[in-house]
Amino acid sequence: MNIVVSIKQVPDTNEVKLDQATGTLIREGVPSIINPDDKAGLEAALRLKDQVGAHVTVLTMGPPQAAIALREALAMGADEAILVTDRAFGGADTWATSSTLASAIAKLDYDLIITGRQAIDGDTAQVGPQIAEHLGLPNVSYAEELWVEGDTLKVKRQYEDRYHIIRVKTPCLITALAEMNEPRYMTPGGIFDAFQKEITEWHRADLDVDDSNIGLKGSPTRVKKSFTKAVKGQGTVVTMEPEESANWLTDRLREKFIL
Amino acid sequence: MNFELNNEQSMAREMFAAFAEKEVKPLAHDIDEEERFPAETVEKMKKYGFFGIPYPKELGGQGCDVLTYIMCVEELSKVCGTTGVIVSAHTSLCADPIYKYGTKEQKEKYLVPLASGKKIGAFGLTEPGAGTDASGQQTKAVLDGDHYVLNGSKIFITNGGVADIYVVFAMTDKSKGVKGISAFIVEKEFPGFSIGKKEKKMGIRGSATTELVFENCIVPKENLLGQEGKGFSVAMTTLDGGRIGIAAQALGIAEGALDETIKYVKERKQFGRSIAAFQNTQFRIADMKTKIDAAQLLVYRAAMLKQAGAKFSTEAAMAKLFAAETAMAVTTECVQLFGGYGYTREYPVERMMRDAKITEIYEGTSEVQRMVISNALLK
Repeated sequence: MNIVVSIKQVPDTNEVKLDQATGTLIREGVPSIINPDDKAGLEAALRLKDQVGAHVTVLTMGPPQAAIALREALAMGADEAILVTDRAFGGADTWATSSTLASAIAKLDYDLIITGRQAIDGDTAQVGPQIAEHLGLPNVSYAEELWVEGDTLKVKRQYEDRYHIIRVKTPCLITALAEMNEPRYMTPGGIFDAFQKEITEWHRADLDVDDSNIGLKGSPTRVKKSFTKAVKGQGTVVTMEPEESANWLTDRLREKFIL
Repeated sequence: MNFELNNEQSMAREMFAAFAEKEVKPLAHDIDEEERFPAETVEKMKKYGFFGIPYPKELGGQGCDVLTYIMCVEELSKVCGTTGVIVSAHTSLCADPIYKYGTKEQKEKYLVPLASGKKIGAFGLTEPGAGTDASGQQTKAVLDGDHYVLNGSKIFITNGGVADIYVVFAMTDKSKGVKGISAFIVEKEFPGFSIGKKEKKMGIRGSATTELVFENCIVPKENLLGQEGKGFSVAMTTLDGGRIGIAAQALGIAEGALDETIKYVKERKQFGRSIAAFQNTQFRIADMKTKIDAAQLLVYRAAMLKQAGAKFSTEAAMAKLFAAETAMAVTTECVQLFGGYGYTREYPVERMMRDAKITEIYEGTSEVQRMVISNALLK
């Protein structure tokens, strides 16, 4: 089985700081990690490799520094890594990102594509399903478990109030939840080997995708304004008997003329 | 001179730190309290290759280098001194002499399972009457046809009982003094070999420290490690390497205590402000960090000399001496900055202080390190 895992390198924080002037993320000084949902997707692929045998190709679109995320994926056990990088791809929204990634994946042999549900620096959850759409593939999102059964996959999909067990034929695309598994650590030897491996780089000219669908110019959505959420004052925790604490609370609310 | 880690080393260090934080730290308090060997962590470390970091892949290892191994011990020890020494004793004291002195067959049979983490290793040199003066060995080995017969006992053996493979020293010819000592590879299942009393210790309480007992223990002739009569040199060279591991453990303990203390002094308020706002605290923190960095440079230098195949005996002694004394001084200071809370088991610094003390004692006391260093200068 050939599995392509699409990952994103993201800043390691849930409190992303924004440049107020440009509305973009300030990445400097923030350590970068593989997006947690994507890492779970990679782990799912590596488990399939352990169980039934698979060739795992890991793919990312990003600046040259994103290569480190690919090295990490190789150190965990991925077989091959591809970095899609070009200034022409910069400033992409989810549409332009998915168009670019889909054109890269189209060059590969695949039975299964796994992406994370969403990235912690954007939270759109759009890129995975859009890639499936571009490639005309069935897509099961919010996967929490995955089994191979012949040429079909069984996927446990998380819903708000229930789970769906879905059977899907390959080739297909799955978006993975971080809850899916506990990703393995890299091994020391895996790390040393990962830096000896070649990372394939694909640039603008390598991909068959229209200019109108890539980069900032190919992005139909624009960030109009970004702002940091106003920080609320520190809360107070009191430990009292229920009645006493209810009285304490209503007293405070009266003081503030809320009651 | 280059003070930068390469890409591989820094990624490995981050991985060790993440593993330590998530897998080792949550158990550190309990294994100390219960004097319990952290078997579950050891299983995970086996799986991830922590027991064969500096050895070639073809010998079951990870194909990394000495510094990466040393950083593994350091990162583990930041959160748990016990876990650090389990890896250090296995690697430096058991796998290393087999790697250096073992025959091809011995490497196949013993180093491969040790380096791949299938087996755990230990080292038996110390005896009730032969500590710092290791030449006073009483354990005897007598050649009888195709095997040696070992009689005697060893004490204070790290990984005792939990290890599968032991590098053990015994007198093959008492009349020759240190030149009558030989090294052997002993399997846990060999007839006549048993594990004696388990020590109750001040620190590194999760680490198994036991007596080894040999009563007509049968060791095949081919398990002689190195030449007969050359065991003392095997022991001393092994301890040179082991000292870098213990130095890394000491360094990690000091770093871990300082990390905890930096967090604490920012939170702890006295006289209306955090105690980090007092110059007394600031200067102590500055002094501790400076000592720690000096220790780290000594430890890394020794590791890099060993990697390069250069002489490192004196440098390893200096690294261990300074790192161990730094660990003791830093953890004592940290307990002081925590005040009364530091003296309780609610916070980890008292454990770290107890763990630090052993680094001044085992694999050569600080006094032995001073002897090694001065002997090299005054000879």
